[in-house]
Amino acid sequence: MNHFPFVDGMQSAMGAVLAVGLIDSPVSVAHYLVVGAVLFTAGVVCMTVKRNALGVLMGIELVLNGANVNFVAFSSPYLRGEGAVSLGLDGQVIALFVILLAAAEAAVALAITLNFYNNHATVDIDRADDLKG
Amino acid sequence: MMPATLSLALPLALPLALLMTLPLAAINWHTLLFLLFAVVACACAVAVVLADNVVRMAFYLVLSLGATAGLFFLAGAEFLGAMQLMIYVGGTLVLLVFGVMLTAQSPFVAIKTSTGDRVLAGMVGAALLAVLLQSAFRVEAWQLPAVGAVTAPTATPLGMALLGVRVDAPAAGAPETAVRSGYLLPFEIVSVHLLVVLVGAAYLARAKRRRTPRAIDVAASSSSPPSSSSSGGVAATAREASSSSALVPGGRR
Repeated sequence: MNHFPFVDGMQSAMGAVLAVGLIDSPVSVAHYLVVGAVLFTAGVVCMTVKRNALGVLMGIELVLNGANVNFVAFSSPYLRGEGAVSLGLDGQVIALFVILLAAAEAAVALAITLNFYNNHATVDIDRADDLKG
Repeated sequence: MMPATLSLALPLALPLALLMTLPLAAINWHTLLFLLFAVVACACAVAVVLADNVVRMAFYLVLSLGATAGLFFLAGAEFLGAMQLMIYVGGTLVLLVFGVMLTAQSPFVAIKTSTGDRVLAGMVGAALLAVLLQSAFRVEAWQLPAVGAVTAPTATPLGMALLGVRVDAPAAGAPETAVRSGYLLPFEIVSVHLLVVLVGAAYLARAKRRRTPRAIDVAASSSSPPSSSSSGGVAATAREASSSSALVPGGRR
């Protein structure tokens, strides 16, 4: 394997990665929290930036999903550190409820969007200013 | 031909070669899979924000939610991961894609956001992310490496908890005297809520018959007594009926 000249460089690079401990150390709850934070932030930015009503809906889905990641991380006995407290099954039940309510919310929001599209012939939410005084 | 093949094979071969240089025993495969799913989930979530085309946004959202289901599996919540795939990816996103297809006329597929709004939202998002990351790393107990306890299947305890009976072991580390209640009442509330919401959604999105009154109907309603105008305007909407009666001085009141 060491006949190739670039293998040595890669081996040292992977050694650096291992020294950081990214691959060989077990996952902690904080890893999941980082993923949840990124999903939540992406959802919030998506909700504020998008002008398409369906884009706003997708942002809401991302936010709920980020919250679900946190619930699962806190409830997982597998990820629990030594001596820490985990939520147990409660977190998974709450995440299940969140998934169900997200489905209901998506159905109603999509119906509202279709109604808006039928009445205004657009899905641009900047045009939804009928109630503006 | 040869350079094209090489350029195709190189991105595949490089990570493989990187993996082969590692001592295999040093790899924590759980961590490696976690990193894979986490990178896919986060990158696709950011791609949802950056994409302008609504169809591509929906596709990236499918990838992000699917990778999140993988994260659920890795955390030992296999029933929740399956539900995520079936309800979220299989149901909610199909609904969203139907919405995209119903409303995606050519001027609305890509509605551009102004650059100033993008920059402002990026700054606010970066600040929010910094706060969240700082709070995630602030608590010591969350950074302890996982014990890696073998987890029991969660489908039966979840189903029994939804029926109001807890058969799972108490949460590790929780005080023994904690009251552990089932979830029968929230389950009932959520089920009725789902039913009401779906009926409401079907009512909101129903196909309305917006037929303009035919000329013969208008003539019949204007020449005949008011009682016959209602039979001619059954299919007409209320607004049209009221406007057509307003045309007639002695019309329906």
